[in-house]
Amino acid sequence: MSAALFLLCCAGVFALCLSVAVGSVPLSLTEVWAVLTGGGEPLHRDLVLSLRAPRALAAFATGALLSLAGALMQVLLRNPLADPYVLGLSGGAAVGALAAMLCGAGMMVVSGSASLGALVSTLLVFGLAQGVGGWTPTRLLLTGVVVAAGWSAVITFILTMSPADSLPGMLYWLMGDLSYARTPVMAWAVLIPALLITLPLGRSLNVLARGPLQAAALGVSVRPLEWTVYVMASVLTAVAVTTAGSVGFVGLIVPHMLRLVLGNDQRLILPASALAGGALLTFADTLARTIIAPEQLPVGVITALFGVPTFLYLLYRSR
Amino acid sequence: MSSLQQNVKDHTPNNIALRAHNVVVDIPGRNAGDPFTATICSGQRWGVLGPNGVGKTTLLHTLAGLRAPRSGDVLLEDASVFQLNRRDVARHLALVFQERQDSFPATVLETALIGRHPFLSLWQRESASDYQIALNALEQLSLAPMRDRLVSTLSGGERQRVAIATALAQTPSIWLADEPTNHLDLHHQVAVMQLLEKQAAQGAAVFMCLHDLNLAARWCDHLLLMFPDGELRFGAAKEMLVPDLLERLYGQALAVGNINGTAVFVPR
Repeated sequence: MSAALFLLCCAGVFALCLSVAVGSVPLSLTEVWAVLTGGGEPLHRDLVLSLRAPRALAAFATGALLSLAGALMQVLLRNPLADPYVLGLSGGAAVGALAAMLCGAGMMVVSGSASLGALVSTLLVFGLAQGVGGWTPTRLLLTGVVVAAGWSAVITFILTMSPADSLPGMLYWLMGDLSYARTPVMAWAVLIPALLITLPLGRSLNVLARGPLQAAALGVSVRPLEWTVYVMASVLTAVAVTTAGSVGFVGLIVPHMLRLVLGNDQRLILPASALAGGALLTFADTLARTIIAPEQLPVGVITALFGVPTFLYLLYRSR
Repeated sequence: MSSLQQNVKDHTPNNIALRAHNVVVDIPGRNAGDPFTATICSGQRWGVLGPNGVGKTTLLHTLAGLRAPRSGDVLLEDASVFQLNRRDVARHLALVFQERQDSFPATVLETALIGRHPFLSLWQRESASDYQIALNALEQLSLAPMRDRLVSTLSGGERQRVAIATALAQTPSIWLADEPTNHLDLHHQVAVMQLLEKQAAQGAAVFMCLHDLNLAARWCDHLLLMFPDGELRFGAAKEMLVPDLLERLYGQALAVGNINGTAVFVPR
C-alpha cells in the first residue's frame, strides 16, 4: 500500500520537475536546483519562479482536486460513471464565469462568479433531489444530469449573445486551460485540508460503498457522512474549475485506473487519486504547452490521448 | 468464556437483549398492524413467519433502528436504538440483509473484515486480531479457501455465507437475520442454523425471518407469526406450530407429519 503511494509521489515530483525544466528555454536539473535554492541567472529565476512553477503547481493541484472529487463522487453515488461534473457543478460555474466575462469583469470577479455559480448549482441540485422521503443516489444523479443540461442551454445562450471579441476568452475558459491559472495558492490551500479530512473517512467510505443500509447497520452515520462527501466533492470541484476552467476526463478516469490496479480500499484510493491526478495533469500540461510550441494544445487533448489507451488496456486485462 | 459460564448461560437465558415496546412498523400505504411488545432475551432463538410482503423485513430493520416505526420504541440496554449512536448499536447488534449491493468489487476477506468497522476508530487500521476474527468467521462458514476471491464471482449461496460471516466478524450479542438460509443448499442451511444455535448457546439473542416452517420448527424456541391483516401472534414455538394457525397464516392447506418427535409441515 505505502509502496504504491511512494511510487505515485515520485511520479508527482518527477512531473513537477519536468514541467519546470521543459519549455522554450530548456533548463537542466542543476539550473532548476540553483533557482530553487535562491541562486541562478535572472532569466532562469524569472522563468521558473513566476511562470513555470506556479503553472506546474496549479496543474498538479487541479488534477489532484478533480481526481479526489471524482473518487468521492463515485463512492457517494455508488456509480462508476460518476465524475466531478456529473451533478452539474461545472455548468453552474461556467454560467457564472461567462456571465461575469459578458459584463467585462476582471479575472478576480470571474473566478468569484464561477465559485458562486458552482455553489448555486450544488444547492439547486441537492435541493431538487430531496423530493419525497429524501434523496437517493439515482435521484441525485438524474437531477444533476438534467440541471447540467439546463446550464449548457444557458451557456449556449450567453455565447450567442456575447460580442465577438469576448468569445475566445470564454471558449478557453470552457475548455479548461491552465495558462489562465494565476496562482496555485487557493487550490493548494483547499487540497491539503481536504486530504486530511478524507483520509480518516476512508474505512467508513468502504462500508458506505456496500449501500447505505448495510453501512448504517455497521455503525456508519450515513447521512452526515454523505453530506460531508457531497460538500467536499463540490468544494474541490468548484476550486479546480475556478483555477483552470472545466478540465475534463481526469476526475473520471484516474480513480478508475487506480481501482483497477490497486483494488477498492478508499483509504488507499483517495490519496492515490490525488497524487496520480496531480502527476497526470502536470505531465499533460507540460506536453500541451511544448508539443507544438509556441502554440498550445488544450490540456484535455493530452490527458485523453494518454489516458484512454491506458484505461482500456487496464480494463481489458482486469479480472 | 469458561465452560462453566457457558453452562450457566445455557440454562438461564434471562438477560434481556432487546425490548420492543408497542412497535408498529411503518409500511407506506398500509394500515397499522398490531403493536409488537416483546422481550428478546439472550440465548433465545426467535423465528418470524409470515407471507410475502407482510412486513418481516421492515420489522427487522425497525428493531435494528434503521427505520423509524410509526409508533413505539425499541430498547437496547434501556436506551432507544433510535437515539443511540449507530456505532454503539453496531457493537451489539448485527443485521444480515436479504439483499446486498456490491457496487465496487471486493474480496471475500475484505468483505468479512468490514464487520470489524464498528470497533475501530477513525485512524485505526485492522489489527492482527481483527484479521484473525474475520478469518475465523470465514472458516466457520467454510469460506476460508475462497478468501481472496471477488465476491461478485461467487454463487448466491456463497454470497449469503459471506454476509453471515461478516455478521459473525461483528461478534454481535444480538443477531437479526433476514432469511439467513436464502440460496443455501441443504447442508449449509443446517450448518448456518447450527451456527446460530451455537451463538445463542454462547449468550447471543437470535431473531430471524424464515420461510421454511421446518427449519423454524427445528431451530427456533420462540415464533412470531405476522398475519396479512396485521394481527401478530407470538410465543413459545410449540404453541405457535399449530396447523390451524399456520394454514391461516399462509392461506395454504398443510399436511403435518412427525419425524423423531419434531413436527414436519408440507404444503398440500
